[in-house]
Amino acid sequence: MSALRPYAAILAVLAVLAVLPVVFTSGTMQNFLIFTLIVALAGQGWNLLGGYGGQFSFGHASFFGTGAYAIAILQERLGLNPWLALPIAIGLGALVGAVIGTLAFRARLRGSYFALVTLAFAEVFRIVANVLPVTGGAAGILIRLNVDPLNFQFADRAAFHWLTLLFLGAVMLLVRALERGRFGARLVAVRENEDAARALGVDVLRVKIAAITLSGAITAAAGCLYAQKFLYLDAMIAYGPWISVEALLAPIIGGLGTVFGPVLGAFVLHGIGELTKTWIATLTGGALPGVDLVLFGVLLIITVGFAPRGILGLLPRLRVRAA
Amino acid sequence: MYSPEILLTAVLNGLMTGSVYALIALGLTLVYGVLHIINFAHGATLTAAMFAVYVLHGAAGLDPYVAMIVTVPGLFALGYAVQRLVIGPASHGDDGNILLVTLGLAIIIENALLAWFRSDTRSIDVPYGFSVIEVGTLFLSLPRVIAVFGVLLVALLLWLFLARSTTGQAIRAVAKEKTGAALVGIDVGHIYAVTFGLGAACLAVAASLLMPTFLVNPRIGNAFVLVAFTIVVLGGMGSIPGALLGGLFIGVVESLSGLFMGESLGQIGIFLIFILVLLIRPTGLFGAKA
Repeated sequence: MSALRPYAAILAVLAVLAVLPVVFTSGTMQNFLIFTLIVALAGQGWNLLGGYGGQFSFGHASFFGTGAYAIAILQERLGLNPWLALPIAIGLGALVGAVIGTLAFRARLRGSYFALVTLAFAEVFRIVANVLPVTGGAAGILIRLNVDPLNFQFADRAAFHWLTLLFLGAVMLLVRALERGRFGARLVAVRENEDAARALGVDVLRVKIAAITLSGAITAAAGCLYAQKFLYLDAMIAYGPWISVEALLAPIIGGLGTVFGPVLGAFVLHGIGELTKTWIATLTGGALPGVDLVLFGVLLIITVGFAPRGILGLLPRLRVRAA
Repeated sequence: MYSPEILLTAVLNGLMTGSVYALIALGLTLVYGVLHIINFAHGATLTAAMFAVYVLHGAAGLDPYVAMIVTVPGLFALGYAVQRLVIGPASHGDDGNILLVTLGLAIIIENALLAWFRSDTRSIDVPYGFSVIEVGTLFLSLPRVIAVFGVLLVALLLWLFLARSTTGQAIRAVAKEKTGAALVGIDVGHIYAVTFGLGAACLAVAASLLMPTFLVNPRIGNAFVLVAFTIVVLGGMGSIPGALLGGLFIGVVESLSGLFMGESLGQIGIFLIFILVLLIRPTGLFGAKA
């Protein structure tokens, strides 16, 4: 039983998240929940590299977009079943992670330089995806509507919610297991002091590349789920800066380098965001685009400045249990 | 193949665009050279400055060049205040934090402009907007020629300021050795904020030089920010001559790759240069060896 204790809190959180679509039955609410879970999953990917490994990426769109485009292209252009396309798409996300990681970490890019180079890679992907015929160019790519669980499309939103939650849950358990094992310890050592980690015999380059590869796979999975949920992609959706920002905001606001951080951050941010949008809309009688993002920016600055451990750091009891 | 005239025009156009890029990069590299921070909000600040020019033209009928009387001191003050009151206190001097705080600022500025002006693309009409001057067989856009001279003037003034004035000396002292500068009585926090203000003021000038021939929407800064980063990295982080030459070079690269590969793919050349320089020689072509 004691071997399972570290995982009990995760299972409890997953159970609560699993009940949500039964409690909230409106379509808007359920779509919001699925979107938030996808953001949380992308955030888990970012958190593994950024939170545990201390390498802040500004270009996780590279992985999200690769996963999303791969699953869409494989089924639309090559007629592959999306369930078969899924592992390939995740593998491609991992490959993109490994390539970017190998190039950037071999060149010893750290801190701001690493952030900038990841951003530049994402922009290159975006521009290429915007002109290539195989991605549908600027018009984008539409996944044909064919509602069938065998086809990775569900009539029931709750089913898609649980599927997304399955991915998120699996990743959370994996991250917890890594965190408790050697790899997690090495990764944190690299974050805290690269030179000291190297002196202790940690193969810093290998640890970093492994982290970005896994991070790429996780965020690519989020991209796959996004593609299957919304059934439409263009370069701005798949490789746009918005998802790079979402993927880093959720863990930073929630709690950097913790299993629960990305989930808590995604729900708090999007919860507040939706409430503000609704409140402003009723106040002014019209939607005010971007107002939720202004709030996200303010929260990011406040968090970095005054609560570096995010919301989890502000909750001492939870913090102890999560640690 | 293209005729020599077309190639020459493309090169000249690239140089003219590149000079404005150089000015934008100048602000970025100045801030990097002194504060050793990458200001991610640089592009969004440029957008804000362009909207300021747009509003002053629309509401007060100010010519974009005249608007500099308002926008240059305005942006200087804004930059000073943001560094002193937000970036400094919130980042605790940590590199990763500064990046995130300036990213937060960029998100705030961009989306506040989006909420205010919506996503429409706007431009202003000035009588000289389409004026050209003839040089031999070539026609050069007057506002863009003005921009080239404007940039040269700003670069000269900035150089004089840094080389001759007391504040300029203090800025250079802080850039070289901040602890030593503090020991001899220089207020480092003040100098940081002044430098940040100067970086923002460069953007105010760039905005006025751009507006007669350019358009503005809340996301336009993104198009410039990565270009400016590329120039700064290429020219060597913190190097002012590097920023000027890098800006002109990138302007020409963009213009020529646009000519040969089409508008949408043209920008790829810039990003590839950016990635290659970062991977191979992150100190840039003019920067000191690490």
